[in-house]
Amino acid sequence: MHAPGQKLNGSEIFFECLRRENVEYIFGYPGGALLKVYETLYDVRDIRHILVRHEQGATHMAEGYARATGKPGVVLVTSGPGATNTVTGITNAYMDSSPLVVFTGQVPSSLIGNDAFQEADIVGITRPITKHNFLVKDVRELASTIRKAFYLATNGRPGPVLVDMPKDVLNAECAFEWPESVDIRGFKPTLKCHQNQVEKAAHRIAKAKKPLFYIGGGVISSEATEELRRLATEQNIPVTMTLQGLGAFPGDHPLSMGMLGMHGTYWANQAVNNCDVLIAVGARFDDRVTGKTDTFATQAYIIHNDIDPTNVDKNIKVDLPVVGDAKHFLASLFKEMPKQVEDRSAWLSEIRKWQEECPLTYTVENDSLKTEFVIDEVSKQTNGNAVVTTDVGQHQMWTTQYYRFRKPRSIITSGGLGTMGYGLPAAIGAAFGVTDRPVVLFCGDGGFMMNVQELVTAVHYKVPVKIFLINNSFLGMVRQWQELFHQEKYSFTDLGDSNPDFVKVAEAFGCRAMRAENPEEARRAITDALAWNEGPVLVDFRVIKKDMVFPMVPAGGSISDMLLTRLNPKTMV
Amino acid sequence: MKHIISVLVENKFGTLSRVAAMFSARGFNLESISIGETEDTEISRMTIVTRGDDQIISQVLKQLNRLVDTIKVTDLTKQPHVERELLLMTLKLSRATQHEIFGLTNVFKGKVVDIKQKSITIEVIGSPDKINTTIDIFRPYGIRELARSGAVAIHRGES
Repeated sequence: MHAPGQKLNGSEIFFECLRRENVEYIFGYPGGALLKVYETLYDVRDIRHILVRHEQGATHMAEGYARATGKPGVVLVTSGPGATNTVTGITNAYMDSSPLVVFTGQVPSSLIGNDAFQEADIVGITRPITKHNFLVKDVRELASTIRKAFYLATNGRPGPVLVDMPKDVLNAECAFEWPESVDIRGFKPTLKCHQNQVEKAAHRIAKAKKPLFYIGGGVISSEATEELRRLATEQNIPVTMTLQGLGAFPGDHPLSMGMLGMHGTYWANQAVNNCDVLIAVGARFDDRVTGKTDTFATQAYIIHNDIDPTNVDKNIKVDLPVVGDAKHFLASLFKEMPKQVEDRSAWLSEIRKWQEECPLTYTVENDSLKTEFVIDEVSKQTNGNAVVTTDVGQHQMWTTQYYRFRKPRSIITSGGLGTMGYGLPAAIGAAFGVTDRPVVLFCGDGGFMMNVQELVTAVHYKVPVKIFLINNSFLGMVRQWQELFHQEKYSFTDLGDSNPDFVKVAEAFGCRAMRAENPEEARRAITDALAWNEGPVLVDFRVIKKDMVFPMVPAGGSISDMLLTRLNPKTMV
Repeated sequence: MKHIISVLVENKFGTLSRVAAMFSARGFNLESISIGETEDTEISRMTIVTRGDDQIISQVLKQLNRLVDTIKVTDLTKQPHVERELLLMTLKLSRATQHEIFGLTNVFKGKVVDIKQKSITIEVIGSPDKINTTIDIFRPYGIRELARSGAVAIHRGES
């Protein structure tokens, strides 16, 4: 570490700042505008640079790392195409509120605006998809800008921040000064909830006969899961979670309702429809959760706690907004709740009745394979203890239904943006961050090909990710919608004729691979893959094509429009 | 309903673009936006005129606040405030119309800022409503060009 006041060049300052932010890993790819940085990096030993094979991969890896560890993910890419390749990953992190700091090289200041070689106005391009971004114009502002970038990415509602660094700034020298504190006058997130609002919430919940927690990813990012468990179990309040909220409350606890929304459980959605007080914490009433908004939770008095005031009254008009950090909210609420708990057995047995009416089930046949079986089996063999990453589509929804998440930071998945190609790099990033739990990826055959190049990264660094390829030779979720709503016109979703042999592909990358075509082979392959930690391993599960994810609330529909099975889609009790 | 919002922002490049981009990305109406330095050269004041129901305006205010470069957001609509806009307008001029144009300029407490053989440029300051009326009244004389500054507004001082 260099002492403050020492004269350093921009590249040296860059690494000095990263050290002070306790950065362990950089996910990056070199290029012309970053030559000075990579020259300095050559001798850096205390920060590990992971060479990706595409800049999009770097952003998803950094996000996987961030979601698995709670620490900000760091990306380093060059100007122009290097920078524009990060756009999808940055948008994904923005939609799912993941802390990311993306450093981009830029052409020299004197050439900016001249359509120079590998120039792109990345600050302009990423303005609407970052929490904030910076162009550093003077080396003397580099350290304070990096400090601010990490501060913004990790405080309040987390999100991606981009720092654009022109080549001349990275070469220029100045005395290194590390600002000990950060003060940004336009950024003062409300962390503490207003006591009055908390008291009102407590009063309402105490009287509620049918309360329900609706928990989002905010509870996980604010590390409030213990506060939630204590409050829900003491007060006997059932808990349903969003895609990003899974794991915030133990999935094997009797009060857990699983996920709500479009592919949520029947009983969670019925509970939302029938509850008298809905307590939303760190969730944003996404359209995949609410369906048709004017039929959502119509019986309920809605309490909404969120750290971002713009989430309040955005999609749904709530009765009691409580702006602040989820951890503070749940802890203060616990203090305010009467210890004499309302009898809620009638409510819980009503929910149990829905659960028995329409449980999550699937059938097993000896000579064919279903995704539900694979996920259920992985859940059993890992005892719900794995860090599970997914790609986007049917397998993702089945993961929410059949993997029993027991701990926070266990599901890493693209929610808001629904980015196919997210899973593989996110799993690799997560595996750099977490070494004491297995890291598992469920990925469709469509999404796998979208960032398949990162298999090289996994092989090169011997990352022990378990790649469970759910291969139905179809873009399954699109196929499902085509079957249900588009006259079975399977337009460009059949990949059967064009898919490669995934076992051979993996082997060509130097990755161990095997295939499973029935439940027995699948069970053995899962056991084998989980036990092998020398590097990545891929299992090509050849699952049936025609499987569909149920229950399903059609887009824009009400919970009462829920489809329960393929055979009688309009069945509703 | 029309709202007039005053926003103090960091006087940095890109701030205007962040605000304007937020309006278009979120589908908010942006009737006018004007910006200029304040007494503190590090801070600019934006005056934004927008329309929407209470739910939309509440989102507009919160989304403005969420931008890191905004320092303070005030909805002036329901508070005592002064609102002004500047109009510069060039009209066709002829012997037949010149007296009427001079007369009307006085009625609107405007000024003649340029005059040529066949054209006259006047300036009028007032509320956006007054500016609208001015334009309507002068239209029959033939407007060659006009420029409006967009509204600027400020709180009325304490008594």
